[in-house]
Amino acid sequence: MIEVEQLTKRYGSVKAIDSVSFRVEKGEILGFLGPNGAGKTTTMRILTCFLPATEGTARVAGFDVFNQPMEVKRRIGYLPENPPLYNEMTVDSYLDFVARIKGVDSGDRKKRIGEVKEKVSIQEYSNTLIKNLSKGYKQRVGLAQALVHDPEVLILDEPTVGLDPNQIIEVRELIKSLSGNHTIILSTHILPEVSMTCQRVVIIAQGKIAAVDTPENLTRQLQGSDRIYLEATGPEQSIAGKIKEIDGVLRVESHKLDGSDAFSYNVETELKKDVRGRLARKIVESGFDLLEMRTMSMSLEEVFLQLTTKEEGVRSK
Amino acid sequence: MKNVLAILQKELRTFFVSPIAYVVLTVFLIISGYFFYNIVSIFVERSMMAMMQSQQFGGPPPAMDVPALVTRNFFGVISTVILFMLPMITMAAFADEKRRGTMELLMTSPITNVQIVLGKFLAALSFFVVMLLPTMLYYGFVFAYSSPKMTLGPVLSGYLGLLLLGGALISLGIFISTLTENQIVAASITFGAFLILWVIDLSARGGGTVVQEIVSYLSILNHFEDFSKGVIDTASLVVYSSFIFLGLFLTYRSIESLRWRQ
Repeated sequence: MIEVEQLTKRYGSVKAIDSVSFRVEKGEILGFLGPNGAGKTTTMRILTCFLPATEGTARVAGFDVFNQPMEVKRRIGYLPENPPLYNEMTVDSYLDFVARIKGVDSGDRKKRIGEVKEKVSIQEYSNTLIKNLSKGYKQRVGLAQALVHDPEVLILDEPTVGLDPNQIIEVRELIKSLSGNHTIILSTHILPEVSMTCQRVVIIAQGKIAAVDTPENLTRQLQGSDRIYLEATGPEQSIAGKIKEIDGVLRVESHKLDGSDAFSYNVETELKKDVRGRLARKIVESGFDLLEMRTMSMSLEEVFLQLTTKEEGVRSK
Repeated sequence: MKNVLAILQKELRTFFVSPIAYVVLTVFLIISGYFFYNIVSIFVERSMMAMMQSQQFGGPPPAMDVPALVTRNFFGVISTVILFMLPMITMAAFADEKRRGTMELLMTSPITNVQIVLGKFLAALSFFVVMLLPTMLYYGFVFAYSSPKMTLGPVLSGYLGLLLLGGALISLGIFISTLTENQIVAASITFGAFLILWVIDLSARGGGTVVQEIVSYLSILNHFEDFSKGVIDTASLVVYSSFIFLGLFLTYRSIESLRWRQ
């Protein structure tokens, strides 16, 4: 549905994005993850034909964003970071205006506006001036605006920014419910948001793509090892020694647990080598009590940090 | 056309809920009403004096066409007053869209920049017409009560001239509005530009040098005088339409270049 190839945008001598390529399939939700200033907004603005790219091509639904902007614009719903609202208009008159310039037929307009209002649950504010709405509701009106012409592609720039936790959950649910009918790109710098809503993630840092994959795969790949957390009673040194004897264990770290005589152990093992059974047996057979054991996965947060700060991490060592 | 209309209606809607619209309308009404009253009473007084003198000294009754004088002078006054009013109408046109970020909405919608510019221009022009409507009432009074009867020709051509002059000034004001995000800055620059046009016009008036003649020929304010006398000169029509076209073209190029300047 969306094909981006070697996209580069220069502001003077600064490259905002550098040879960015990715694809989004129909009905997919793609998360655009990166720190502030990484080039998320620039990429989105190019896709919506707001900015021209310096180099490279981007196609939306088969139409080139530079050569056929009208066709692209017709198929895209776009919610910029600050929702583009006219404060002195009512919700209804605003949506009517947007529907008109987005080319919704006059016969369908009323129905469409009713539908999108219901979708983002703002029906009861139809005749409220936009300036009197709360931030969360303004965001919803912004979403309604992006949806009003039933576009094939939705581009949402940080859709949950500035909302309260309940509203964030609602907006995420809403976005999820839209996939399938719509192809969605959303940008964010909030990590849990990506793992919760997106099927695939593009991690972008300093204008370059650092990784593209599903949230689960990214986590797995970047983890060079599996990790197991366990708690056991008994002498720290001897248990750690026993654990190290097991084939496949790479490293053991132990910590004293507060308020008990037990210790906790972080066991790092070779990838895909399940040592849990042997681990448990070994401890119990040695006469100690195993209190707890679970596998730990790297959070997307750690993946993100690792990807976006890779170079600095190396240097600081 | 549909898109132009959508922009036009939105502009008028947002304009008429803002206090600026009513401030401009009210101030214009007060000033134009005051001048109209003054002009009428001055010329009526003068014609009475002339009448009395002719009776005293037994000369022929003076040939004084008060309605025509009122028409000409009142149009002259309006054409000056609008120099102060129009910057307030055009200042928001693009500056405000840029400030709010709604420019992004317009430019990512399937409408062309020409449609956006035309919609904005026609909206400002429509507001200008609304602003002028009450002054027709003044002429209505003159028409009803004057003797000799007022001829309609100069009034109609005067309004046509006002539309053209207003259109030219609006196109310039809208262009200036694309250059900044700040309405006050836009209004100040526009007002400054109008004043320069005015000063140039005054300095060139009645001068005999070649430069002065060229300047007064190109001055959009100078061409208005013919219209208020009931003369519709093709040259004036060409000057005004060229000026409007130039202003709109610059506006169009300016918002086109926004994409590249970002």
